[in-house]
Amino acid sequence: MSQLAKVPTTAKVAKKRKWRGDNAWGYAFIAVALVVYAMFTAYPVVSAFIISFQEYRPLGSVFIGFENYINTFSDSLFWKSIKNTVVYTVLTVPVTLFLSFGVAILILPLKKRTQTAFKAIYYLPAVASGVALSVVWLWIFDPMPSGILNKLLGLFGISNLNWLGSSSTAMFSLVLMAWLSSHGTSIIIYLAALLGIDESYYEAADLDGANFLKKLWYIVIPFLKPTTLFLLVTGVIGSFQVFQNAYLMTGGGPDNATTMVGLLIFNNAFKYFEFGKAAAQSLILAAIIASISFIQFKFFGKNIEY
Amino acid sequence: MALYKKHTGKQTVKYTRNTSIMILLLLFALATLFPIYFMIISSFGDPVEAGAMDYSLWPAKVSLESYKFFFDYSEHSYRWLLNSLIVAGSVTVSNVIFATMAGYAFAKIRFKGRSVLFSILLCAMMIPYQVTQVPLYILIVNIFQIENTYRALIMPGLVTVYSIFLTKQFMSSIPNEIIECAKVEGCNQFQIFLKVIVPLSKTVMAVTAILTFMDSWNTFFWPFLVTNTMDMQTIQVGLKNFRFANTTYFAPMMAGATISALPMFILFFSLQKYFLEGVTVGAVKG
Repeated sequence: MSQLAKVPTTAKVAKKRKWRGDNAWGYAFIAVALVVYAMFTAYPVVSAFIISFQEYRPLGSVFIGFENYINTFSDSLFWKSIKNTVVYTVLTVPVTLFLSFGVAILILPLKKRTQTAFKAIYYLPAVASGVALSVVWLWIFDPMPSGILNKLLGLFGISNLNWLGSSSTAMFSLVLMAWLSSHGTSIIIYLAALLGIDESYYEAADLDGANFLKKLWYIVIPFLKPTTLFLLVTGVIGSFQVFQNAYLMTGGGPDNATTMVGLLIFNNAFKYFEFGKAAAQSLILAAIIASISFIQFKFFGKNIEY
Repeated sequence: MALYKKHTGKQTVKYTRNTSIMILLLLFALATLFPIYFMIISSFGDPVEAGAMDYSLWPAKVSLESYKFFFDYSEHSYRWLLNSLIVAGSVTVSNVIFATMAGYAFAKIRFKGRSVLFSILLCAMMIPYQVTQVPLYILIVNIFQIENTYRALIMPGLVTVYSIFLTKQFMSSIPNEIIECAKVEGCNQFQIFLKVIVPLSKTVMAVTAILTFMDSWNTFFWPFLVTNTMDMQTIQVGLKNFRFANTTYFAPMMAGATISALPMFILFFSLQKYFLEGVTVGAVKG
């Protein structure tokens, strides 16, 4: 904008006209996107607020104030689902980040071709549909002694587990599945960030006689902090919305041991058709996600320059 | 790579190090690939009930009977693939066109309210989909009354905020001088877009297309909500129904899973570069 002030008046007028022309072009270019956004994102969000204060009926909903919220907060199943979601997140996100970081570090010294091959391999599960993967994992977790995972553990003398059918192992089964199928993206992102670290830092460290671990600690980890923060925040956001695997593999059971918030909201909405309650719970979920993201930025975002 | 020591002169140390790295990576790769391998291998088994079966990790025989069994399950099973293709195809085309246009506008055209509008769009990425799912369902089913149509499957995905974000990120790196030159030559914004921007943005358009297509092909939740007859379902919903209807038919289930995943595998291996690029475009420099 500062250049604008410097140009002579005639040019200024011309520029202004151009500006007005650009306004029209700008809106024309984003028109479709804005309409789609307004209709299928903005309107639903506003509508969710309204529905959350209602008892939904197809012909004329009834306004019931904060009842949906109050009921939610006094519902033990809601708290259990929050607990399950937190447990799932704490077990999956940091482990996935740690694994991805380790793998990215190991891939780094390889030749470019080998790097690409490994990236492709690790990314492959992300390409397969969630439904297909859930079908496969369902059989891997076959509780019979002939089941793949039970056979594998049998080699180590561990007796059969009823993976998805027992409330003590069901959650862990979902976590195990996440560990082995959701690291592709973060490995690729970590590797890209690693390749972006300037050689001169390592050279300077070499002159100071730093070993591999020292370089890792003083150069790599600080440099990758923004990447880690990004992956952590997006990972937690994604994990809090988890719905599909719980729905397709355990249905939330046994005994609600794997009922996550996402699944609870789905059940309230499309199993019991309590739209008001579901909307209230979804907004509480949104608030939780927003505050956790905020805390992560506050807590880990210090000293990060973007 | 200077993070690692060069070990000049100590060939054996270097050799041991590289070998152990390879072994670790291969083991992890094995664990990652195993479910997919298991799925494909098992799909060639016979379509018998799984009662006393023994899983083999090596195909004893190759039979396509289970695939036939899967397709015979419903008279609409081929239609599922077609539906997925129609929906994913339309969503992809419209995302590429409209997200590229919007991305260009947000990156390079100066208009009033640009940054405010863009921030509002970005806010949407923070909102969990659970918030919009109920109102969206009511909108499509009760207000528009287009349940069980292609329109219901396609419309909410016509252009996603993520695609806009992706293209905008890319186009911000196109130098302004090129656009100024075109302006001096007397091009209007639409001509600039068509003749200058689009040819320069082929990569990001390809990335958007691929990510959108994959996302749409793999999506389960929305088609599951708004379809209620078999002839309108997508392959993912069909696979889910097949699985709940035939809980003991192991090999046919694997065949179904393979069918639903294979198109994406083929796409991935033929356009790997764009897939892998797509992962990093939005993330680095976030």
